[in-house]
Amino acid sequence: MSNIPENLKYTKTHEWIEVQDDYTGICGITDHAQEMLTDIVFVELPEVGIEVKSGEQIAVVESVKAVSDVYAPVSGRITEVNKTLEDSPDLLNSDPYGKGWIFKIDIKVKHELDELMDAAQYAEHVASGV
Amino acid sequence: MSFLPNSDEDIRLMCNEIGVNSVEDLFVDIPLQVKNPDIQLPSPLSEQEAFHSILRTANTNKLVCSLVGGGIYNHYVPAVVEHLASRSEFYTAYTPYQPEVSQGTLAAIFEFQTYMCRLTGMDIANASMYDGATALAEAVLMAVRTTKKNKVLCSATVHPHYRQVLATYAWASDVSLEIVPYKNGITDFNELSHIINDTVACVIVQSPNFFGVIEDIEKAAHIAHEHRALCIATFTEAMSLGLLKSPGECGADIACGEGQSFGNYPACGGPLLGILACKKEFMRTIPGRLIGKTVDENAKECYVMTLQTREQHIRRERATSNICTNEGLCALRATIYLSLVGNRLAELARTNHAAASYCMEKLVDLGYERVFDKPFFNEFVIKINNARDIQNKLMDNGFALGIPLEEYYPELSDCLLITATECTTKDDIDTLVKLLQTI
Amino acid sequence: MVSAMQTIFSLHKEGRNKYTVPQFGAESYDSIPQHLCRDKLNLVDVSEVDVVRHYRKLSSLNFGVDNGMYPLGSCTMKYNPKVNDVVASLTQFTQQHPATIEELSQGSLQIMYSLQEMLCAITGMKQFTLMPSAGAHGELASVMVIKKYFETKGEKRNIILIPDSAHGTNPASVAMCGFTVKEIPSNSDGDVDIDALRAAIDENVAAMMLTCPNTLGLFDKNIMTIADILHSKGALFYCDGANLNAIVGKVRPADLGFDIMHVNLHKTFSTPHGGGGPGSGPIGVVEKLTSFMPVPVIAKKDNRYYLDYDRPQSIGRVHSYYGNFLVMLRAYTYIVMLGASGLKQVAENAVVNANYLRVKLQKHFNLPYNRICMHEFVINDEGMPDGITTNEIAKRLLDYGFHAPTIYFPLIVHGAMMIEPTETEHKDTLDAFVDTMIAIKNEAHTNPEMLKAAPQTTPVRKVDAVLAARKPVLKWEE
Repeated sequence: MSNIPENLKYTKTHEWIEVQDDYTGICGITDHAQEMLTDIVFVELPEVGIEVKSGEQIAVVESVKAVSDVYAPVSGRITEVNKTLEDSPDLLNSDPYGKGWIFKIDIKVKHELDELMDAAQYAEHVASGV
Repeated sequence: MSFLPNSDEDIRLMCNEIGVNSVEDLFVDIPLQVKNPDIQLPSPLSEQEAFHSILRTANTNKLVCSLVGGGIYNHYVPAVVEHLASRSEFYTAYTPYQPEVSQGTLAAIFEFQTYMCRLTGMDIANASMYDGATALAEAVLMAVRTTKKNKVLCSATVHPHYRQVLATYAWASDVSLEIVPYKNGITDFNELSHIINDTVACVIVQSPNFFGVIEDIEKAAHIAHEHRALCIATFTEAMSLGLLKSPGECGADIACGEGQSFGNYPACGGPLLGILACKKEFMRTIPGRLIGKTVDENAKECYVMTLQTREQHIRRERATSNICTNEGLCALRATIYLSLVGNRLAELARTNHAAASYCMEKLVDLGYERVFDKPFFNEFVIKINNARDIQNKLMDNGFALGIPLEEYYPELSDCLLITATECTTKDDIDTLVKLLQTI
Repeated sequence: MVSAMQTIFSLHKEGRNKYTVPQFGAESYDSIPQHLCRDKLNLVDVSEVDVVRHYRKLSSLNFGVDNGMYPLGSCTMKYNPKVNDVVASLTQFTQQHPATIEELSQGSLQIMYSLQEMLCAITGMKQFTLMPSAGAHGELASVMVIKKYFETKGEKRNIILIPDSAHGTNPASVAMCGFTVKEIPSNSDGDVDIDALRAAIDENVAAMMLTCPNTLGLFDKNIMTIADILHSKGALFYCDGANLNAIVGKVRPADLGFDIMHVNLHKTFSTPHGGGGPGSGPIGVVEKLTSFMPVPVIAKKDNRYYLDYDRPQSIGRVHSYYGNFLVMLRAYTYIVMLGASGLKQVAENAVVNANYLRVKLQKHFNLPYNRICMHEFVINDEGMPDGITTNEIAKRLLDYGFHAPTIYFPLIVHGAMMIEPTETEHKDTLDAFVDTMIAIKNEAHTNPEMLKAAPQTTPVRKVDAVLAARKPVLKWEE
């Protein structure tokens, strides 16, 4: 069973967001997602400063034989990306909720957070196999 | 002749096991009204009959002393190349999907990639494309993807067939293509500077160009880079890379072209060997297969297909190209060739140039006009009145002299692109000169 | 680092290269200014015997059809008759320059022309071009033909339908021509879901690409209905002929309602795959598409063969010259030896071999689509003891001297193993393969560690593909 921390919000497409304060979120892919992908070999990071809408494809995560799009959990502006992933994509496997974070986002539409799943809901989503 | 080893008894036993009365029952899903059509083909032949029949046809081809190049070159293929490339472990294998039983192919292609990088001055080379023309078309699509710009400028001195293939690909993928005119046998750089703007994705030059003239790639790269466009340097005569400054050294971003000259035959135009190489920043956008070095679980160095997420079998409609099968065996031949000739390729290239220079001098001595007075490698353009007639007469006497340029460049009537290689001897040229004096 | 595999570069030693370059026998001037020349070439200096031993050694690390059964699904790894290669090495063919083909190589043109005619007879198409260099190149040229057809008619259609079981080259070729891919699901029989097709089709659909038989090795029972549905909306029907060997001589794709198709000479017509090419992917079309074919078209008039460039509606040129002639020559030799009756037997033997394997293996492995197959079929790792996966089974087969099947494709079957025995294996070899598969299944019960450690007898052990992708090393460096 994969790790699903209580303090995070989740998307159906297996991203997580940690809301630091009202305006800043840290995002990545879930433990379940990295398990499915197996060894991650490359991450295509978004450009800092771009504006994205929730659900918009924003990054790409690749294993040897699979490509997976990463979507923005909420709308906002990308303020920082995790450059260490360029040389160490394995952090996404070893520490998906910590050193494997992908980008920080300046949250624009706060109520979009309410539409995301909490840990229990996400656990159910994963169990349903979608 | 048949290559089916099953005996009638084998087939009967297999049908029993499957639970059908006859093989025909296995084709049950094919609609009856169209099944088992009458197909009109010649009656089957034994191997011996087939061979002799094809040999008769082969003998209607005429072998002459050929001073024809323009994209395909007559270079000697050393016996070692044929011998090693004919090993069936190489040529009856598939794409190396199972690396544990494909290290031969993988290691050889890794060597190929290394050779191509060293010859072109680039960081990355793929495992081959179909031919020079499609390598160029793919290079252009790569430049369009990378720069996110849609306009392409191509010099008129690029091989006309390459430009035609590029035009086909550009039309299909909605890329706008403009031709930069030439002046005195080289790209008109003033005109290029005039046409180019920031919407241009790439500038394409060929060196040696279709007239055999060595182009100034550095200048093309400089002009391109001023407008944040890429410079694509293409070539049809890979032998020239043995002598000339590499595209990478000249500042090109992508080098592509034809590698047939290395250990592969003219063969009526195929199979050929497309080469595509680039600077390392384009690693994720280059099309085609890449072989990478790694280790096995005993930490033994070995090779494997890598960065496959760029490719069609994984990324499907978002892949960098649709290419799957490439020209692997031709790349192997080139690799063996380059290993054998090694650094003497420079000397071999000099011999090519010497043969072409001698031929050019002798033709000029006969009073024919040298059309472009510029440094060339192993091809040059000569104007001969009634060129077609003279070509035909020479052909009856065992010589194929050059490619008429008029159909590609209407202003160059009676002009022939003439090529000499290390296979062209002094005797050949002297005989040609005598013939030209008499006809 | 354990005994590194030697590359040619580690054999380099100055002074060892004795390759003798012919010197041109006369003085001539040198027109190339020094600043245009490179300072130094950094290839290698090795002896001829080094070269021979090195590549012979490399060849021994490879597994080809001549080594043993190669049941790589959809790739048709059958025996390649040796006479093909002898014919393709005749100097009368190899030394011909394409620019003088009309004047000097009437024999070569005759063979190309005849091969086109033969492919027309085999497929029922009106015209063939041999120019595309591979299956994917043929697909691309075909999608271009489709685009040009509608462009000429003044119709704007921007969608091409592709079943979810299709090869990746299909959607990739479509995308290169600016069309949008719309995926059509398969039904529980493995055929195209007709209701989904009806729902997807409208006047924006240019064509549907269908592999026939499909990548599950199944002949779509509704194929003529699909053709009718497409044609009723003015759309074209494209046959991906990668699997033509299953039906060659048994049915002509044109009779099934296909308008355009490609053929892989390196699969159906026995030309060797060369470790990844060269191939040849001719395309054939029905009458209404002939004017869009790439130039030049090889034509015949008054017993002379010539290149016809006067094709104003053509998509243009797709290859430097006329395609991979030496590959065509091999296919031509093969067809000449087999004739129509021999080709039909090819399909029959390919299909009986595949069904025999299917029925034998079905007793031990999960078969998601349980019906009569054509030249190949798909099993998977469902129900394997101890969580043994398809990849582990594939690697273990290598230990037993078989090449692995195509694995994890088609994508619609989880853990797929796509097995294509081809017609050039006999029953004894198939029985040995079945016995091996059963032995592997037993090992999964008794000795799963053995499977997880496979392969162990191959030139290298399990290869670290993750390292290769994370830290790409794409050329040799000191």
